[in-house]
Amino acid sequence: MGLGETAEKPIWHVHSWPRWIRYFLLPLLGVVLLVALPHLFPDRVTFLADLWAMIIFALTWDVVGGQMGYNSFGNIFFFGVGMYVCAIVQKEMLETAGESADYFLALGLGAGLGALVCIVLAALLGSVILGMRGHYFAVCTLGLGVAGAEIAAGIDYIGAGSGMSVPLYPIDAGNQERFFYYCFLVLALGALFFFRRLYAGRFGLVLNAIRDDEEKAESMGLRTTLHKTLAWMSAACFLGLLGAGIGNQSGYIDPRDVAFPASTFGIYMILAVLMGGRGTLWGPVLGSFVFHVAKEFFWTEFLGWNRVALGLLILFVVVFAPGGILGWVQDRRRRLDEEEVEHPPDGEGGVSFAQGGAQ
Amino acid sequence: MMDNIDLLVSDPSILLQLLLDGLLIGSVFALAAYGMAMVWGVMNIVNVAQGEFVILGGYITYYLWREIGMYPFLATLLAAIVLFVVGWVLYRLVIARVVDRDVFTSVLATFGISIVLQQLMNEGFGADYVNLDTGMTILSLFGGEIDLALIKVVSFVVSLIAGGVLAVFLRQGRLGQAIRATAQHSRAARVQGIDTGKVYAMTYGLNCSLCAVTGALVVMIWTIHPFAGLSYTVRSFLIVVVAGVGNLAGVVVSGLGLGAAEQTAGFVFGSEFQLAFIFVLLVTVLVVRNVRLQRRREHLQ
Repeated sequence: MGLGETAEKPIWHVHSWPRWIRYFLLPLLGVVLLVALPHLFPDRVTFLADLWAMIIFALTWDVVGGQMGYNSFGNIFFFGVGMYVCAIVQKEMLETAGESADYFLALGLGAGLGALVCIVLAALLGSVILGMRGHYFAVCTLGLGVAGAEIAAGIDYIGAGSGMSVPLYPIDAGNQERFFYYCFLVLALGALFFFRRLYAGRFGLVLNAIRDDEEKAESMGLRTTLHKTLAWMSAACFLGLLGAGIGNQSGYIDPRDVAFPASTFGIYMILAVLMGGRGTLWGPVLGSFVFHVAKEFFWTEFLGWNRVALGLLILFVVVFAPGGILGWVQDRRRRLDEEEVEHPPDGEGGVSFAQGGAQ
Repeated sequence: MMDNIDLLVSDPSILLQLLLDGLLIGSVFALAAYGMAMVWGVMNIVNVAQGEFVILGGYITYYLWREIGMYPFLATLLAAIVLFVVGWVLYRLVIARVVDRDVFTSVLATFGISIVLQQLMNEGFGADYVNLDTGMTILSLFGGEIDLALIKVVSFVVSLIAGGVLAVFLRQGRLGQAIRATAQHSRAARVQGIDTGKVYAMTYGLNCSLCAVTGALVVMIWTIHPFAGLSYTVRSFLIVVVAGVGNLAGVVVSGLGLGAAEQTAGFVFGSEFQLAFIFVLLVTVLVVRNVRLQRRREHLQ
């Protein structure tokens, strides 16, 4: 860090602020703001809750798609499985226990069991599906997501093609929208911290090694299949929990449009990551924010043409901006650095850089 | 389900009916799969929009027939020409920009095309299921034991002709040879003075024409609607994966096999699981092949 230490830091350079601001005041302010948001915008609570859901979608996709380089089109499978398992548990509990059963207990148990089923399924499927590469992996996972929808649409027990309703949210338990906002908020923050820890350690390095050159990673003695499967299991766990929440938030589970929306949310999560920047921690968060706002705009402005707009957006992002926002920023910063090396601003910057490199 | 299997075993005429239907329909699937194999082999792109081209071809045929009363098979030819132009334009606009990039980019780009086409067809043609009634009779074989719609036999013949014409074109035609040369080694082909950009555009256009013929036959045999495309993409992919890229005879055989398997499964598990069967079969086929490769420390790629 020899470069630029002598220069005056700009005010937006957060790392130069005092520690107590960085580690105490900022997080506190953030938490207060996030908790207060649904009260500040009471008619926008669902929009905000869905923003958190989108962030969870993007973060879980990025584990496998961005950090590990396995571009899955079928992560939505776990979302739907979690949703159905949770709904079935809730229904069975409330039917056997009658009116006395606790809605939140059933929801919690259902969500937990849903996540557990997702983890087990990811372990079973991951060990075989994650062995494929390229086209085969992409189309196999796409098939997995759609297979979920088609199978669910044929099973009478869960309502087949016409779908099933979940137990009603109790009227005396406060605002339903706000409850799910806080659920998704906690889940998103949990996912963010979990993946932050995951990427910071050895596990994250293994994932990146698999992305960069899987053969070499394997020759180095890394247990690639194990790590790949574990990464998918962690994504599946959060997706299962999210599915359980979304199923209850929407109140009605349709196999193709709500539980296994392979061609809507299955693609939105990829788009959000691509817009923000693949393989970064904050890229998916940023991308989800941009995507969610843009989507809301499209949906209200171009009703009926929204999917055309979405498809064109995909084409634009894929063709012209594959690195996303953070990729663009990094690219620009790198270019600025190169320019600085070639044309040092006052003649001394270049020297100090060279010295820093020599030490 | 068990009852259905019993029925199948006790009455072989049902099994024969299913297999015959399946084989005839399978030839139609094989046609779209042939196009996918061509694009895959030449450009190294798996075209996820394949099914949407099928549906679009079906709609164009249907509307030419309904609105101006055109003879269905003439309309098929016209649809193939229109789709060729559509494919050419799409290549120039989108595919040309992703053809050299990684797999993920091309899959996502063609997925984008498929979403746009779905919604455009939904807006333009409406969300109803449509069927083109050619008015062909239903043949009755073996003294009424087996019913066979004449249109399925005709479709079988039409797909054989279309596939055969293309095979001859690829073998003998000047452009066909250029396409094969590009598939074998695109850089060497460029050195020999072949305009590979043009070859790619022609390949994509031809693929779209094949899809249009498939779609025209599908709308005459069954029904189509704007969002039915993905199953045709998956069927094509499945056929190509089983046959291997660049294996025409294999594509025909596995296409017929898929048709027969699908019909039989639809009968055994119930028609509500027929689509699920295709998708589960896709995952199963890939998993089994990959597991077998993993024993030799190889993988599908």
